[in-house]
This record gives sequence, C-alpha cells and structure tokens, in this order.
Amino acid sequence: MEILVLAEHRRGELREISLEMLSKAKEIADKTSGEITAVLLGQGVKDFADTLANYANKVLLIEDPKLENFNAEAYQKVLSALIKERNPAMVMIGHTAFGMDLAPALAVELDLPLATDCMDLEIDGDSVFAIRQVYSGKVNVKVSFSGAKKCMVTMRASACQIAEDMKLGGAIETVDSPLTEDIDYKIFSGYEEAAAGEVDITQADILVGVGRGIGDPDNIPMIEELAEAIGGVVSCSRPVVDKKWLPKDRQVGTSGKTVKPKLYLAVGISGAFQHLAGMNGSDLIVAINKDPKAPIFAAAQYGIVADLFKVVPALKDKINELKGA
Amino acid sequence: MDIIVCVKRVPDTSEADVKIDGSGKNIDLEDLTFDINEWDNYAIEEAILIKEKVGGTVTAITMGPEESNEVLRRCMAKGADAAIRLTDDAFEGSDGYAIARILHSAIKDLSFDAVFLGAQAGDDGYGVVGPMLAEMLGLPHATLITKVDLEDGKVKVHRELEGGLEEVVDINLPAVLGIQTGINEPRYVSIMGIRKVAKKEIPVKGLADIGLSADDVGEAGSKTKIECMYIPEVGEVAEMIEGSPDEAAAKLAQILKEKGLMG
Repeated sequence: MEILVLAEHRRGELREISLEMLSKAKEIADKTSGEITAVLLGQGVKDFADTLANYANKVLLIEDPKLENFNAEAYQKVLSALIKERNPAMVMIGHTAFGMDLAPALAVELDLPLATDCMDLEIDGDSVFAIRQVYSGKVNVKVSFSGAKKCMVTMRASACQIAEDMKLGGAIETVDSPLTEDIDYKIFSGYEEAAAGEVDITQADILVGVGRGIGDPDNIPMIEELAEAIGGVVSCSRPVVDKKWLPKDRQVGTSGKTVKPKLYLAVGISGAFQHLAGMNGSDLIVAINKDPKAPIFAAAQYGIVADLFKVVPALKDKINELKGA
Repeated sequence: MDIIVCVKRVPDTSEADVKIDGSGKNIDLEDLTFDINEWDNYAIEEAILIKEKVGGTVTAITMGPEESNEVLRRCMAKGADAAIRLTDDAFEGSDGYAIARILHSAIKDLSFDAVFLGAQAGDDGYGVVGPMLAEMLGLPHATLITKVDLEDGKVKVHRELEGGLEEVVDINLPAVLGIQTGINEPRYVSIMGIRKVAKKEIPVKGLADIGLSADDVGEAGSKTKIECMYIPEVGEVAEMIEGSPDEAAAKLAQILKEKGLMG
C-alpha cells in the first residue's frame, strides 16, 4: 500500500510536521509492507526534496510559481489530480493551519473518509484506526473508517517523534504542475507577524504562566506580583489572550511562542496539548491547579493541587521572606 | 450582507470530571452544563458586528434536539434576525461529513453572502464541517480566521498560523469562513434580552424537509465511526506538594530557593 504524505513548508523552511508524519508513516509501512511517498509542492524547494528523500521511498516534486505560498485551493487542485492518479491507501496531511484549510475539502472532493487531529494511528490487519483527543483533551477516541479501503488523516503537530534519519534514499521524481490558470477567488496576499510587545517571553529565565483559572482580568496583578517577587515574567495560555486579558505576545503554545525557561510556573493552566507543546522544553515545570486531573500535572515535576487564589499570595510572601533572609 | 452562522450546543468539559457512559462510545452527559460552542460564539458575534456596520441579516442555524433552541435564542438575543433548527432521529450519530451534508442540504437554496462557523467545536474538535460544507456548496473558504474586512465583493481575512504568524488572504464572496476564538469580544446577553426573543418562532426542519434520505445521514451517512472512547492513562505525574495552601507555598518556595530559581 502507498502512504502519501504531504510535506509542509513555510517561508523557506521545511516544517517539522513533515518529518513527524514521515516517521509515523514508516511505522505503518513496516507493518503493512507499504511504500512511503512524500509530496512536495512549491517553488524553489528542491533542497527540501533532498531532506525528504531520506524519509521516503519516493519524493514527488511539483514546482510551480502558483504554489510558492500555501493556498488551499491551489493545493487541492494539484493533490486531487495526483491522488486520483495514484490511488494511495492513505493520505497524510498535517493538522496545521495549512492542513486544516486543505484536508476537509480535499476529502470531500475525493470521497475519502477523513479523521483530523490524530495523535496516533493503529493498524490491525487491513484496518486503520485513528486515535484522537476529544472533550478538552480529557478523553481519547478510537475512530475507524467504516471499512473503507482508503483514508485520509491529519496528524497533530508534535504528536509523533521524528525518527533518526531513516536513510530510505528515495528517488526524487519531478511531476508537471497540473495548474493551468491562477486561482483568482482565493489569493494569498502576505504574512503578518504578531506585534512585538514590551517583553520577549522567549528570553526570560523564569516564566509565571497564567491560564483560564485566573477567572477575571482583575486578578492578573496578583500574578504580576508573584512574577516580580520571583524575578520572572508573566506569560499565559490561549484563553487569556482570547479574552484580551493579556496581549498576544505573552501567549505560550503552538499558536503563540515556544519557550524554554529555567522555571515555568503554571498557574490555573489545565495544560491543553497546544499549550504543553509550547513549554514542555522548560528545565523545571511547576503547576498550581485545583483540578488534580489537569493534564498539566503530567508535564510538571512539582504540583500543588489547591485554589490558586490562596497559594499564589502565600507563595509571593514566602519568596519575599526567603529573599530577605 | 446576509450571513448564515452555523452554531452547535456542546457540553462544557473544561473543568468537569468527565466519565465514559455505558455504551463506551460517548461520555456521560448527565451532570454537564451545555452552552454554545466557544468558537461559534465568536462566529455569531463577528456576523452581528458586520451586520451592525453594513446592514443585512444574520440567520443562526443548528442541528440538534429541542434543547438547542436555547443556543438559537441566545443568538437572536445578541442580534441574529432568524434561526433554523434541524432535527431528526435519523441525524443521530452523524460525523462531521454527515453534518456538513445536512447543513448543505438545508442552506443550499437560501440566499446568502457568507456562511460563518466556528473553526472547530470544543467537544470533538475535528474542525471539518466548514471546509467540507464549502466544498459541497462549491464555494471558496478559509478557516482559523482572526480578522474579517469587507471589500467590494470579497473579504480580506487574516488566518492564524502557528508561532504567532498570520496570513492575509483575499476571498471572493460568497464564501464559507471558519472563525477562530479571540477574533472579537462576544457580547453578553441579559435575561431580559433572551425574554424578548422567547416568542420568536424557530422553524424546525427534518430529514424529508431538506430532501435527504436516512442513508445520507446518521451513522449510515458517516464516513468515520467511533469504535470506543476511554480516559487516557496518565503517565508519570508531578511530585505533589501536600499541605494547606500556606504550607504548600512555603515548601515550594524552599524548593525554588534550593534550585537557585529565585530572582
């Protein structure tokens, strides 16, 4: 069986999700005597093909100025032509901002069953099962494709480990772009960086991360006081930014910043996967949360299960006391 | 600008103790509170903001049992002009594909300039309904939208990418737009506001009304199937610092001091 993996790149960089997916594809290929085909669409991306060739049995390279920047509509046209021709057993796409825009419409066009945001894939005989998280990450679901022989999956970023160089030495095959005209109904017009704030949280040695548990913007100063006492900077999880309680440049996580401080003190953060992916490289993680089942405790080395409104002021006082001693 | 907004009533599990039900294929919904899906709350707000700026109508549509009316009424209290509820026993067990198909059949003959949806739902989080619906309608789409600016016959949208980056995309109308959280500040509705729309009629449509057959929807019309749900095993967890909040705080402060992690 052929496993077709769509490589992803952005602004001149091959994105890690590409190798994560190819590594997962190799596991499946080993169990099914399958072949891995990486598909690379873009313009001036030949270098990426060389990298991908180590992780795939074959690399299909389609270069076209119309594919220079990601455009789900253009990608869909190219991929649907390619998939119809090759008829792979599995199509693997990243559950990224690009993949989320592309995969569902492509699946409908090709009449393929689709499971998105997969953490893992299991193989049992001829059947593929997708493992996903549902209900705030508290529950896992095992999904099948109702007996279909072919399927499409999108894989969650950072969910699969990148294998050591797989040395597959795949051949790079250049394919002509099937795009004949410009897509004029959906046009990429540029990138925009999030505005830089007064502090760069990626440079801080100590971060006090605050989450939804803070409950009200009026409680943010309490966190700032703790951060000041401990000599750190305040960062936050997504809900705090969504509610405009702190600016976007303080957000840690896949859609915010990746941080690796010496200490990450998570306060009132439940620990959604997307947040953990942005901070699990920290040297020491300490979590304060009232829910003993919060996933943050699985990422932390130390935890306190308690009401943050009681612990945080006490901690601030203790730190000031010890500093003064 | 006439906008259709697809909304969904979901259980709030963010702080709840979640258990698997007897079927092993769903969670026990008994003790949970329900509300509009968080993403949809931003989508309805964005549609109403646009209506308030340029005129037009907003229609909220949902698939669900009678309890879903409360979500629709909330949308109307915020400023939606009308609502439609799709319900049928046959819809039970529909996956994202089947839901997109149901929505497609219900709205394909309506007149609109855009369909807004939350980019994903807080319950199962597939994030597929919007782009699938767009493909079925033959319309362009974009998802994870953090900004919408109307221009002549099109919209300029910002899409959230990873790492704090956004891309700016121009899309011709009509289009299907998947809205990301944080795009606006959803308004609150008062009890008075909800009372005002309590008598507004919400048309209900079933399988036959939207021209589908039982094979098209529910488990029969779905392309994916839930095999089982389970609470994942938690691996190694943190060393828990016990004691009263004061005691725990004191112990933690001492640990941080010993590790040299104090300003």
